[in-house]
Order: sequence, then C-alpha cells, then structure tokens
Amino acid sequence: MAIATPRRRWLPFSGWHLLLMPLALIFVLPLVQMVLTSFMTTAEINQFPPKLIPTSLHLAGYKALLTESHVVRWFINTVIVSTIAVVSHLVLCSLAGYGFARLKFAGRGIAFLLIVATVMIPTQLLMIPTYLMFARAGIVDTLAAAFVPWLASAFGIFLMRQFFLSLPVELEEAARLDGCSTLRTFVSVVLPLARPAMATLAIFTLLSSWNDLLWPLVAISDDTKFTLQVGLASFQGTRRTEWAQLMAGNVIATLPLILAFLVAQKKFIATMTFSGLKG
Amino acid sequence: MSITFAATPRSVPATPPRTRGRRGRAARRTLTGWGFAAPATLIVVGLSIFPAVWAFFISRTKWNGIAPAVDVGWRNYQRIAEDPDAVAAAQHTLVLTLIFVPASILLGMLIAVALNQRIRLIGFYRTCIFVPYVASAAATGILASFVFNPQFGAANEVLRRLGIPTQQFLESPKEALFVIVLIALWGEIGFTAVVYLAALQDIPQELVEAAVVDGASRLRVFLHITLPELRPVTVFTAIWQTITAMQLFDLIFTTTRGGPLNSTQTVVYYIYELAFQTQRLGYGAAVAYLLFAVTMLLTVGVIWYSRRTGSEAF
Repeated sequence: MAIATPRRRWLPFSGWHLLLMPLALIFVLPLVQMVLTSFMTTAEINQFPPKLIPTSLHLAGYKALLTESHVVRWFINTVIVSTIAVVSHLVLCSLAGYGFARLKFAGRGIAFLLIVATVMIPTQLLMIPTYLMFARAGIVDTLAAAFVPWLASAFGIFLMRQFFLSLPVELEEAARLDGCSTLRTFVSVVLPLARPAMATLAIFTLLSSWNDLLWPLVAISDDTKFTLQVGLASFQGTRRTEWAQLMAGNVIATLPLILAFLVAQKKFIATMTFSGLKG
Repeated sequence: MSITFAATPRSVPATPPRTRGRRGRAARRTLTGWGFAAPATLIVVGLSIFPAVWAFFISRTKWNGIAPAVDVGWRNYQRIAEDPDAVAAAQHTLVLTLIFVPASILLGMLIAVALNQRIRLIGFYRTCIFVPYVASAAATGILASFVFNPQFGAANEVLRRLGIPTQQFLESPKEALFVIVLIALWGEIGFTAVVYLAALQDIPQELVEAAVVDGASRLRVFLHITLPELRPVTVFTAIWQTITAMQLFDLIFTTTRGGPLNSTQTVVYYIYELAFQTQRLGYGAAVAYLLFAVTMLLTVGVIWYSRRTGSEAF
C-alpha cells in the first residue's frame, strides 16, 4: 500500500481523493483481512512474507471454533440479550421520555436531574457494587446479568425526551379534546410519529448491548452463559496463536452488525449523529 | 391516524385550566407522570446512583468480598498517592487521553471536511470510514493483536515495504500504549467524523456563500465561519472522547491485558484487577471514586469554560 503524495499540478480528479482513498483503505482493510484470515490455514497465516488472500476457502478455523468452543451458544445468548435490551429500551425509554417531555408531575425535576447525574458516573465505579447486587439477586452466572444493565439507559430517556419535545404539542391537545386518555394519546397519536427516534434508539441499544464486554465479563464465569464478546475474549486468552479460529470468531461476532450497518447505513449514521449532537 | 390529526388545523384553542378539583387532578397527573417515568427511572437510578453510593461505603473498608469488611476510614484514599502502580496507571491514562482526545478531534474534523465534499466515490469513502465504529472494541482488540503481530502482522509488512525498521508494537513496553491509542482512534474516529459531518451540513450555506462573494479564501471561510459554527460540537466531542479515553477497557483487555511490564495498565484496568483479580474491593472502590471525581471535575470544568466563552453546547 503506497502512500500517495499530493502533487502541485492540477489533477484530473479532486485532490480530496488523495486523502480519502488511503484513509478509506486504512479503515476497511483490517476488516477485509479479518474475513480473509478466517479462511486461511495456520500454515498460510504463519507464512513469511504474510499473504492477504487465502489459497482457497479453508474452513478449518470455523470448524475448530465450533467444536472447541460454545460459539453457537454464545451467539444465541447474545441475540437473546440484545433482543431483550432493545425491546425493553423501546418500551421503557419511550414511556419515560414522554413523561419527562410532556407530563407535569411532582418530583419530575429531581428525577430528571438524577438521570442526568448518572451519565457522569464511570461504569468502573459501579462494577463492584453491581456485582454484589447481582450476587444477592441470584443472577450472577445467568444471562440476566448481561441484559439487566441494558433494560433502560439515561441516553435512551434523553433521546426520546428530546424527540417528544420537538413534536408540535397541538396534535396531543387535539387528541385530548377528543377525550383520549394520556396513555391512549401516547400510544395512538405520539408513538406512530416517533418511529424515526425509536429506530435510532433501537440501533443504539443493539450496538451497546451486542458489543458490551464489561458486564458479562464481570458477572458471568460459566462459559455456556457467555455472550460473544466475553466468549471471544476468553477464547483469545487460551488460544493466543490460533489466528484462524480467533478471526472466525471475530467474523461471527462482528458480521451481523456490519451487515446491518451496510443495509441501514443512513439510520446508523443518524444514530451516531444523534448521540453526538444531543446525547 | 396520524394523518387525520396532522390535517387538524393548528389553531386549536388551548383549554384554560379549570379551578374545580384542582388538587385531585394534580394528584392524578402525578400518578400518571410517574406511571410513565418510574420504570426506566428506577432502573437507571437503581443501577447507578444506588451502587455509586454503596461503592463509597465499600471504599472506606478493607474487604476481600468474603471475610467481613473492616472499616478503615480514609486510609484507602491516602494509600493511592503512595501506590506506585496507581501512580503509573494514572500516568498511562493521562498520556492516552492527552494524545487520543486532540487527535480524534483534529482527525475527525479533517475527515468530516473531506467527506463533506461533493466528489465521486464519496458514499464509498463514508461507508469505509464509518464501518469500524460498529465493530466491538473486543473484536477490534483481537484483530489489532493480529495486525500488529511483530512476526507476521500486516503493520510490520507495510513498514518493511516502506523500508522502515520493523517494530515490536504491542509487545514493546515503550510502544504498546501508543499502538493502543492508534487502535482506539481507528475504532472511534468514525463517530467523531459523523458528528462533525452533521454539524458541517447544518451550517447555513448563505453564510459561506456571502463570505465567498466578499472575496474570502477557502481557508478564511473555514477559520472564520466554519470553525466557530463547529464550536459546540467540539466541546461535546472533547468531553465525550475524554470520557472514552479515561474509561478505555475492552481494547486493553483484548490486546495487552495491561502489559507488557504494566505499560498499558490504565486506571480502569487497574480497578478491574484490584476488584476482580486480587479481590481488594475496598481499595479498588477508592481508586474508582477518585477517577469519578477527576472525570466530574473535568466535565464540569469544560462545560463551565464553554459557557463562559459563550458556546451553547450545554
């Protein structure tokens, strides 16, 4: 990969390409190499000088990973954890977001302030007591330990609140004049309009819960209850040099999200933008 | 449904609040409000404020999680300053943050400006640059240990082709921390770039055009119009990325696990080791509290500074 140097003369194409093309390759080539390496044999990987393209699609890495680890179990666990996290986020954060945006009730200010305050608390401070709480609740070494921290989040509440604040209040007033209860107004008038915000929230929660390492690492030691991230990290700890297997595991853990990103790129970018501009 | 309501004229008269049954109505409103807000609030607060307070009590004890905790007052906090491992961890975290934050802001801004151009392949470039952001830090770490492997990794192969001496990267106590910054940038820059890109696209085109009509050069437009417009985003990014850098854990766990020779042991990694490897829960909680205090001071400081200088990020 040669690094292009800017030339003084006018180019037949925009000069920005000279910056963007190498950058794009730096960002995407490692991922390409990850996929290609997962199809190599150990001999190919250890070759010198290293090769990028496997001689053919060797499945040894995947086969070894499937027989020597619980990767299928980990995948299912991760899907369960993320599904629960996304559904719970959508329900609870929309409700709370609407409450904080539109309903006036005693204690609202303090409750919202407390939620704002939680953002500054580093996860590492919470690790020890949360582990102890989980131990007392009897959910250590269960999948619940992985999804309970993702049932709702301050970010989710902000996001939905911000969205509801941006809606014109007239619609809800009209519904109320027609005799709708607050819940009815919320479910049949407000929620249908909230789809874009909910898509953003769903993507945010999917990314966070799917990629979370810390909580399951701290609270789960039974390797049939691992999520993909913990499973991979522990698998790496014992097989530092089995690169084909490790890359196969990486592919299994990242490909679903990468594919989702490629399919719904606009939505993902909207999510990232939102967490940046308003989170 | 929404269509019928959207068709409703906007001038619906607001009903004036009636005096009859005001108190009963207020009580019902409070009940309804809490009905909406309580479940999420309880979870968020119960899983952060409550354990944070508990952590404070733990931080004033000597406790291995099994034997009864012994109250030691502020001794855990006093010990931090004399603990060479804690001081080293703080230094590593500081170095990491001081490189990572400015780099991610500058690079993020540069990439955003580049991605904001109307040129061919721009969609392709955007996809490529944003995609690492969705890969987990754990997977990124495993991939990075492969790419930066001193024997057969791609990084050394590139250096070799360019005629630069090969490096030990993550296996060298001198280089490992910097390599981790590089990897973190690779994973996080997409986020910064997206945020800046959105902010760039929000800048009113008339401003830029007016300046161009007035004969301003591209550089001057950038310095005097674009940069000031980006300020709130820069303040936000600075805070966000500072917190990211200070709490960087997954990447270290799946690359160096604090090594070689503790050269990449950051504060959060040290807390994890204290609490879950060596079972020193009280001392670990004290270090965590100190980190919290520093994070909070930094955040409040940045917000205060940005308010004083008139930017409206918060």
